[in-house]
Amino acid sequence: MNTPSNLKYAKSDEWFDPATGAVGISDYAQNQLSDIVFVEILVDEGEEVTVGKAIASVESVKASSEIYAPAAGKVGAVNKGLSDKPETLNSDPYGEGWMIKIEGGAMGDVMDAAEYEKYCEGRAH
Amino acid sequence: MAEIVEPTIFELSSPGRRGVTMPASDVPTVDLPPKHLLRSELPLPELAEVDVVRHYMKLSSFNYSVDSGFYPLGSCTMKYNPKINEDTCRLPGFLFTHPLQPIETVQGNLALMYEMQEWLKEISGFAGVTLQPAAGAHGEFTGVLMMAAYHKLRGDTKRTKMLIPDAAHGTNPASVGMLGFTVVTIPSDSRGNVDLEKLKAACDDTVVGMMLTNPNTLGMFDEHIEEVVKLVKDCGGLMYGDGANLNALLGIVRPGDLGFDVMHFNLHKTFAVPHGGGGPGSGPVGVSQRLADFLPSPLVGIIEEGDDETAPLYGFVTPKNSIGRMKAFHGHFGGGLVRSYTYILMHGPDGLKDIAQYAVLNANYLQARLRGTYHIPYDRICMHEFVMEGKFEGSDVRALDISKRLMDYNFHPPTNYFPLIVPEALMIEPTETENKDTLDRFADALIKIAEEAKSQPDLLHNAPITTKFGRMDEVKAARELVLCCWLPENYEEMV
Repeated sequence: MNTPSNLKYAKSDEWFDPATGAVGISDYAQNQLSDIVFVEILVDEGEEVTVGKAIASVESVKASSEIYAPAAGKVGAVNKGLSDKPETLNSDPYGEGWMIKIEGGAMGDVMDAAEYEKYCEGRAH
Repeated sequence: MAEIVEPTIFELSSPGRRGVTMPASDVPTVDLPPKHLLRSELPLPELAEVDVVRHYMKLSSFNYSVDSGFYPLGSCTMKYNPKINEDTCRLPGFLFTHPLQPIETVQGNLALMYEMQEWLKEISGFAGVTLQPAAGAHGEFTGVLMMAAYHKLRGDTKRTKMLIPDAAHGTNPASVGMLGFTVVTIPSDSRGNVDLEKLKAACDDTVVGMMLTNPNTLGMFDEHIEEVVKLVKDCGGLMYGDGANLNALLGIVRPGDLGFDVMHFNLHKTFAVPHGGGGPGSGPVGVSQRLADFLPSPLVGIIEEGDDETAPLYGFVTPKNSIGRMKAFHGHFGGGLVRSYTYILMHGPDGLKDIAQYAVLNANYLQARLRGTYHIPYDRICMHEFVMEGKFEGSDVRALDISKRLMDYNFHPPTNYFPLIVPEALMIEPTETENKDTLDRFADALIKIAEEAKSQPDLLHNAPITTKFGRMDEVKAARELVLCCWLPENYEEMV
């Protein structure tokens, strides 16, 4: 499991980069979902989001799930190319797989990398 | 991978071949519509009758159905459907009637529908039943519409939240979304029940109600069902029961007695209507006294009482605050209602109770045989189904691999990856119609597959190897969508 230490993580498996405001899904999440076949960003640039608001919808061959904002603020950028290449979420979840950038970035209830790893291990039966 | 074993019906076509000869016209001819409204060609396949029959016979032999083998597809209740149901729904008196006939000429049909309403009320403990909804999700939508109408009539318009457990069928939030309500997800606790503390925190005066499947999709009967109902009702909400798993309760527990206000039945699951191929479904909805006036119209009622000499006159009635029609006519009459009526009549009250008891016994027998080989995350006495994890410590074998390998043992796989709260979920519902020999063969196969997962994992990764077609590339199928269809020659101008 890859969990970069500069990022913060939500219980619902989104990562948040406090430095850039970028949001995506964790390596653990992409692995659990398996091959991702569809992604749709549900918010537009300039829109205000609150913590817990659904910002994207992701589907894999196993399941579909909503992605929630781990921080509040204004959407500064949207990764528009992502919907054409949903597999990027599998191959590069922390890089090219970023979804949106949130300006302002008042974080919700997030964990640091070590806490998140422990949290994920606790979920594996 | 096997070669393509049968071309499509279009590929089999040859110009000029035909299956029927049209007789000379014995009715007046009329002019065709203007030329620009007509197509110059209609590429329908041209074949002789025998070619058509052989083509579809061959395709049907590739199929796997409950008539050919065990079908433990969890949550779908793929029980064997007695063939007598096929006879009764084709009786000429049912078959050759039309929904717009005068009621005096279809008294038999109306009597059957009236009795069906009464029986479903008795089975579920509800005050009223509509037979209209076409299938389960349509029933859900009907139910939620009635809940909305109830609050609206009372002027209680701030209620916009529907509480739905995380183990729910995906249709529940979808039905709620269609009315514009907000879904609030309630987590399950470690024993597979609704988490009471989380539920308490979500209950307030903005709650429309709660949609609860009991037993839930983990196959667990909620151990705090009475407290759950009380919490929702105390905050002014209504209780919706998803009747998808009613098979486990028949003759033993009545949702109406538990305090539910509304529930849909899946006749195609519980009362043996063939399904799984896209229909026909049938999703009647039962309601408690406080929602009875909101039922869709029309219902079947007695318009003139009968006596010892004369049968009553059945007809249509409209409830006082009815939400209106939910379907053009009266539900899936032959496909759903006549078959289910036959099934209920054939079993009687004691027989229905047997169904629930054997369904629960069979699921627990399989669970007991597989415990130890597979991890069962919510491990307690289950109802009609149970969920286990299709993965092993230190192995890259997943639930999908196990399911595909089961096909090599000539079993239909269980439901994969649902409910979402169990990783690598395999959801197994044997139903009451299977004997112990079949259950044992299935358990033996799964135990063997668990050994194979350790000794020869590639056997599972590459499965199935004995079927007509091997492993389908599900990722490619989902990512690279190719719509194959015939377009009229002037399509560009039309769009």
